[in-house]
Amino acid sequence: MKRVTLALTLALAAGLTAQAADAQTLKTIKDRGTLSCGVSQGLPGFSSPDDKGNWTGLDVDVCRAIAAAIFNDPTKVKYVPTSAKDRFTALQSGEIDVLSRNTTWTISRDTSLGANFTGVTYYDGQGFMVKKSLKVNSALELNSASVCVQTGTTTEQNLADYFKANNMKYEVIAFGTNDETVKAYEAGRCDVFTTDQSGLYANRLKLANPGDHMVLPEIISKEPLGPMVRHGDDQWFDIVKWTLFALVTTEELGITSKNVDEKAKMENPELKRVLGSDGNFGEQLGLTKDWVVRIVKATGNYGEVFDRNVGAGSPLGIARGLNNLWNKGGLQYAPPIR
Amino acid sequence: MSTEARKPPAQIALKIRRVLGGKTGWNGIAVQFVFAAILGWIGYEIVSNARANLENQHIAGGFGFLRNNAGFDVNQTLISYTGSDTFLRVFVVGLLNTLVVSVVGVVFATVIGFIVALCRLSPNWLLSRVGEIYVELIRNLPLLFQILFWYLAVLAALPNPRQSISLFGIAFVSNRGLVIPRPIGESGFEAFLAVLAFGIVASLALRFHARRALFQRGQVIRIWPYVLGLLFVLPLVTTLVSGVPFTFELPQLKGFNFAGGSRIIPEFVALTLALSTYTAAFIAEIVRAGILSVHKGQMEAGASLGLSRGSTLRLIVVPQAMRVIVPPLTNQYLNLTKNSSLAVAIGYPDLVSVWAGTSLSQTGQAIEIIAMTMGIYLLISLLTSAIMSAYGWRVSRSLGA
Repeated sequence: MKRVTLALTLALAAGLTAQAADAQTLKTIKDRGTLSCGVSQGLPGFSSPDDKGNWTGLDVDVCRAIAAAIFNDPTKVKYVPTSAKDRFTALQSGEIDVLSRNTTWTISRDTSLGANFTGVTYYDGQGFMVKKSLKVNSALELNSASVCVQTGTTTEQNLADYFKANNMKYEVIAFGTNDETVKAYEAGRCDVFTTDQSGLYANRLKLANPGDHMVLPEIISKEPLGPMVRHGDDQWFDIVKWTLFALVTTEELGITSKNVDEKAKMENPELKRVLGSDGNFGEQLGLTKDWVVRIVKATGNYGEVFDRNVGAGSPLGIARGLNNLWNKGGLQYAPPIR
Repeated sequence: MSTEARKPPAQIALKIRRVLGGKTGWNGIAVQFVFAAILGWIGYEIVSNARANLENQHIAGGFGFLRNNAGFDVNQTLISYTGSDTFLRVFVVGLLNTLVVSVVGVVFATVIGFIVALCRLSPNWLLSRVGEIYVELIRNLPLLFQILFWYLAVLAALPNPRQSISLFGIAFVSNRGLVIPRPIGESGFEAFLAVLAFGIVASLALRFHARRALFQRGQVIRIWPYVLGLLFVLPLVTTLVSGVPFTFELPQLKGFNFAGGSRIIPEFVALTLALSTYTAAFIAEIVRAGILSVHKGQMEAGASLGLSRGSTLRLIVVPQAMRVIVPPLTNQYLNLTKNSSLAVAIGYPDLVSVWAGTSLSQTGQAIEIIAMTMGIYLLISLLTSAIMSAYGWRVSRSLGA
C-alpha cells in the first residue's frame, strides 16, 4: 500500500509541475529547440506540404515568423497536422504551442476552450461552391440541395442558420477531413461544397477540372481566422499577438524582406523603434531587440506573405479585399510599436 | 464434565467470508476493503485533479452543455431532429444511428457467415473454393479500406438524382440513396397493427407448442398453414372490414433532390455492406470450426435415420455446434458494433461522428463527451454480451449437457 501511495503522490506532483511549466511556454520552446505549431491537414494557400514535404502557406508563415522571432531561424518549427475536430484538444493538452490553422474567432471558442485568439490573419466568410452544370447562380436557389461539409467547423452551424433563415431545406453530409469532403463532392454525393471562401478557392485547385466548378457570390458569415494560444501564459500570448502586428506594421511602413537592412540604417525615429535600434520592446516581450528584423527577413511583411500564399502571386489569386491595410480600404490594422 | 455443543457459526457470515475473502478468510476481506478504498481514492483524485486543472485554464466543464442548442443538422435521424434541438438529442440521434447500423450489420453478417461456412464445408468443389476465397480475401483486407471501397464504388456506379434509375416509377436509386414510398397511417391502421401483433404472438405460441410436441412425444405437427393464415390472411380480412390501413407517399423529383418518401442514404448502405461482409468472413470460420467440432458420427447417424444432409445439419449438427459457436460469435458482434465507428470516414452520422466529432468540437468539452461515448459503447457491449450469454445458456441447456 505504501508503494501505491508513493507512486500516486509522484504522479500528482508530476501533474502539478506540468501545470507550472505551462506558464513558461517560451522557455519550454527554447529548451526543446523547436516551436510546435498546429496546422491543417492540407489546405493550399494556408498550410499544405509541397512535393518535397516542406510546409507552405499563410498559416505556416505565421509559425515561421514566430520561430524566426525566437530562434532567428524560421525552419525551427515542428508542424503538427490537426483535423478540424482535434485541433482544440491538441492545443489544450499542450501538444502544440500555437494553433495556426484557419480557425474562426468566435466568443464560445475564446471563452470556453481555455485558449485565446491572438488576432486575425485573414478576414474570411463562408461561401458555396457548385458544379457549373447545375446552372445555379445564387445560394438562394439551393433549396433541397445536398451539402458536403467538414465536421467540427463553424461552417456546419452557419449552414444550418442560413438555410433555416431562408426557409430552405437541405441535406448535410459531414466528413472528418477536408480531403474526404472534397472527394465526396467530386464523386457527386452532394450538389454543394461549403467552407470559408478562401478554402473554396484553395480546394477548387484540388479538383480534376477546376473550371467546371464555380463559387457562388453569397458570403453567409463572418469568419475572422487567426492563431490561438493556451490560457495562462500572457508572455506567450503577447509574443504571438505582436508577431502578427509586426507583420502588418512592416507592410504599413514599407519594410520588406529585401529592403529591411537598408531601412534599419535609416534615421527615421519610427523605423528605428520598430527595427530595434531604439528602445527595447523586443526584450520586454522576452525576445531580442531585432525581433522585427528577424521576422521580416524570414517571411517578409504581411503583404508579401499574403501575395506569395493566397494573393496575386499564388495559384489562388485571391484579391486583398478586407485583408488590405486599414489605410487602403481593408481591415488589417496594428497598434503602434512604441 | 459437561460439554456444550459448539454452536455452528452463522451461515450468512460464512457465506460472506467465503465470497469476499476466499481462502484467506476475514483477513482477506480486510485487504479487499482497503484495496477498494484505495481505488476509490485514486478515482476521486483523478476527477478532482482534472476538474481543478480545467478550472485553472478556464476550460468549460460539467454536463450543462447537454441542454444547449446544437445548431447543426444531421442527415439521417430516426427520431425527429432539427438544428434547434439540444446536444442531448444529438447524442440520442447518434446512438440510434450506431445501433441501427450495428443491428442490421449483425443480422446480415450472421446470415452471410453461415452461408459461407456451409459453402466451405460443402462437398461441392466449386462451392467450397468460393467460400474459401471469400474468407481469405475479405478477412485479410483492412476494414477502413473496404468501407471506402464500397462507398466510392456505390457512389461511382450511381447516377445523379435527375438521371436516377426508376424502379417501376415508385422507387428511385441515385447517388443520393434509395428513395421508397413512405407508408402513411390511415383510419384502419391501429386495427391492422393489433391484428398483425396478435398474428405474430399466436404464431410464436404455435411454434412453441409444436416444438414441445416434437421433443416430448416425437410428434410432428405441421404449423405453417396456420402461421400463413395468421400472418397474412387475417390482416387482409381486417383490412377489408376496417378500411385501408395506410397509403403510400410517392417520392417526387423536386429541384435537386427527391421530396417525400423515405430514403436510405448511400453512407448507410456502404457501411452496412462493408461491416457485414467483413464480419461474415470471421463468422464463417467460427461456424465452420463449430460444425467441425461435432463428431462426424452424428452426421452418419443422421444419414442412417434417413434424414437428408440439410435436415441432419439443421436438426442435429448445428444445435450441437452452437455451443462452440456462440461465445466467439459474441466477440464478432461486439467487434462489428465497435467497428461501426469507422463511419466518420464516409460521413455516416453515427455516435462517434456527430457526438465525439461534431458536438465535441462545437462545445470543446472533450472529457465529458469522450467519457459519455466510452460509457455508452461499454453499455452496448455489455448488453450484447448479456443477451448472447443468455442465448448460449439456453442452447447448452436444451442439449441437456
